[in-house]
Amino acid sequence: MATYVAHEESEFAPPAEVGEPELYHPKTFIGKYIWSQDAKVIAIQYAVTAIAIGLVALVFSWLMRLQLGFPGRVGFITPSTYLQMVSMHGMIMVIYLLTALFLGGFGNYLIPLMVGARDMVFPYVNMVSYWMYLLAVLLLVASFFVPGGASGAGWTLYPPQAILDGTPGSYLGIILLLVSLAVFVIGFTMGGLNYVVTVLQARTRGMTMMRLPLTVWGIFMATILALLAFPALFVSAIMMALDLTLGTSFFMPALVSKGQQVSHSGGNPLLFQHLFWFFGHPEVYIVALPAFGIVSDLISTHARKNIFGYRMMVWAILIIGGLSFVVWAHHMFVSGMNPYFGFFFATTTLIIAVPTAIKVYNWVLTLWRGNIHLTVPMLFAIAFIFTFVNGGLTGLFLGNVVVDMPLSDTMFVVAHFHMVMGIAPVLVVFGAIYHWYPKITGRMLDDTLGKIHFWITFIGTYAIFYPMHYLGFMGIPRRYYAIGGTNFIPDSAHLLNAWISIAAFVVGAVQMVFLYNLVASYFRGKPAGDNPWNATTLEWQTAHTPPRHGNFGKELPIVYRWAYDYGVPGLKTDFIPQNVPPAEVPAEAWVKAAQPAGA
Amino acid sequence: MTIGLVFLSVLMAVIVWWLFRQTIDVQPWQAQVTGPALGADAPTPPPAKMALWVFLVVATSLFVLFVSAYAMRLGLADWSPLPRPRLLMLNTALLVAASLAMQWTVHAARRADRDRVRKGLGASGLLTLGFLAGQLIVWRQLNEAGYFVASSAAASFFYLLTAVHGLHVLGGLVAWVRASARAWRGSDPARTRLSMELCATYWHYLLAVWVGLYAVLVSNDLGLAICSSTPL
Repeated sequence: MATYVAHEESEFAPPAEVGEPELYHPKTFIGKYIWSQDAKVIAIQYAVTAIAIGLVALVFSWLMRLQLGFPGRVGFITPSTYLQMVSMHGMIMVIYLLTALFLGGFGNYLIPLMVGARDMVFPYVNMVSYWMYLLAVLLLVASFFVPGGASGAGWTLYPPQAILDGTPGSYLGIILLLVSLAVFVIGFTMGGLNYVVTVLQARTRGMTMMRLPLTVWGIFMATILALLAFPALFVSAIMMALDLTLGTSFFMPALVSKGQQVSHSGGNPLLFQHLFWFFGHPEVYIVALPAFGIVSDLISTHARKNIFGYRMMVWAILIIGGLSFVVWAHHMFVSGMNPYFGFFFATTTLIIAVPTAIKVYNWVLTLWRGNIHLTVPMLFAIAFIFTFVNGGLTGLFLGNVVVDMPLSDTMFVVAHFHMVMGIAPVLVVFGAIYHWYPKITGRMLDDTLGKIHFWITFIGTYAIFYPMHYLGFMGIPRRYYAIGGTNFIPDSAHLLNAWISIAAFVVGAVQMVFLYNLVASYFRGKPAGDNPWNATTLEWQTAHTPPRHGNFGKELPIVYRWAYDYGVPGLKTDFIPQNVPPAEVPAEAWVKAAQPAGA
Repeated sequence: MTIGLVFLSVLMAVIVWWLFRQTIDVQPWQAQVTGPALGADAPTPPPAKMALWVFLVVATSLFVLFVSAYAMRLGLADWSPLPRPRLLMLNTALLVAASLAMQWTVHAARRADRDRVRKGLGASGLLTLGFLAGQLIVWRQLNEAGYFVASSAAASFFYLLTAVHGLHVLGGLVAWVRASARAWRGSDPARTRLSMELCATYWHYLLAVWVGLYAVLVSNDLGLAICSSTPL
């Protein structure tokens, strides 16, 4: 079919699919800021809670590094507390920080603004979603203080050891943790329904799916993944809780613990691993896909160039999401599975590299011959590409069964997943905060502090995780409280460990500069204006900054073009916002003979 | 996990088909009509309906995972099956009747026949409560026969799956209470119709899930067929 070029305004923007919803109008301070149904306020509640609990996990990582770098120097870190900190660090960072921040935080703030909606479609459910999340966080924190302390079973919580006597927190600690996870899943499902239905149905006039910014695509697909994958966590949490409380044997085999025959028999610990990783692997992409989307927008905006291969980017997101459900057993190569299954899962794992590489090429090609502004968000976005590629490459190592066998459960794995799903998404979180902070508060973050924060974080994380790969090659196991005087480990490894710890302290400390910047700029930052980055997407076109309740003024914006009209060929101005009608791009703005029909 | 992969494949096929329709012939970078087909499409369902469908997909994911766990356990050597309580047949019949009553209520709501809506709602609610009571009796029968939650893997799974489905039914009854309140207050017929339709969808889904669970619970062969990848 020949391409049909539109002439009438209504052809650019067909009528909206759903009428405007009735907005909830808060009357009191509490209604506005505490029990709020405004997605923007909920987003900030999510983000603040997630960052607060994330700081706890950051402190845990400091203490862990203190023990690893300088074994035995700190009295209060016993083997039990060490294992508890390892477990809680992982659990918090993956679920309570990154998932909640990307979907609950950025999802809530950006989806309604970017699709041109007044709010989420079910504001009340959205509010309940946040309070469930807060409850989950509080339950998790409570588990630190019960007798026996938090669970020390590792974030994967493998039975039978997770609920056997002798593992720290093997009764009350893990029960609270399992309940907290179940509450988190329920709360997330409420939020997730909102994000999906809002993207599908509350888009403003003219905002077709193919005109959505990639940020929305990334969050949308990640939400779908999460909605399908979190039930697996829910199922495994419930079944493990039953094993523990009612004495069923879903996961618990007959075994002797501390000289006593346990009452369980016939359960299958591998079943737990299958269920857990059926959630656990998509979880990687639940964190990565929003990061992919956001980074696409950051790169395009700050390089003043349209994103390369928009449709391919959307398809790549979809294919990555689909494949992420059929690779889970690559976490279980050492579990004694049938080698043919290992072969199958190794193959699917390596295939994921294809759509992922497409995305990386497209980011690089977007930068190519762009008008690159090295703003702080852009620095973080570029750093993300490097870090993600590094982490992805070691993923190819570990995706192969024969390479994974010797490297499994070594520091190499720790280095791999921190690069690919720890540092890389966190760099995007920072970039996104520097990018959208002016819209959220109306003030710019301090540039100098931002650059200090960026360079120390970027170089520092490499100082931490690059050497860790070598430790892994030497065979240094992960999760060990102390390595001791093992023959195969040379002294230099201890030296390297000390160096990693020092780097970790510095990187952790520089995050305080970031927090200071967040607070100080709120009061003293340079006023940002409505659109400081000259961006095209709808959230920058609001009548007020920060956007008020209802997001847009009296009229919802009408969308006439995609989100990436930067540096349009033949156009003298740098960008055209999505809501500018073709007729309002004046004829003199075009280089002669480049003017399209209808403009 | 075969059933899980089948579910995912179906879902992926739907999503790919949908995205294909969004992308085919669309060149977002051009000032272009957004695809001639889109404007002429059937009107999109109200958000509540869409949300219910998405939720049912999530619930399906949950049940599929429970059943795959069950099927994997079924494949192990020490499996000893439960007796099959006959009462389950009656319970199934009750749930079928509840689902039919809901459908009848929807038809009444479409004709804005307030009287019949109330009757239909009442009937389906009672039938559903009857189903739940029947399930509890089945639990008691099993208990009296000496099958406790922890006494064998089959018993554990039977209690677990029926309990999860029971909770799912209870969730439906909460929605049913709200819908009934709406019907009795006599609010706007369009709103009533929508909530009846939502309830009916949910009840048909309840029934479908129950029939699936019932089949795998009473037929070990079916369960084993789902679990073709035993050595995983």
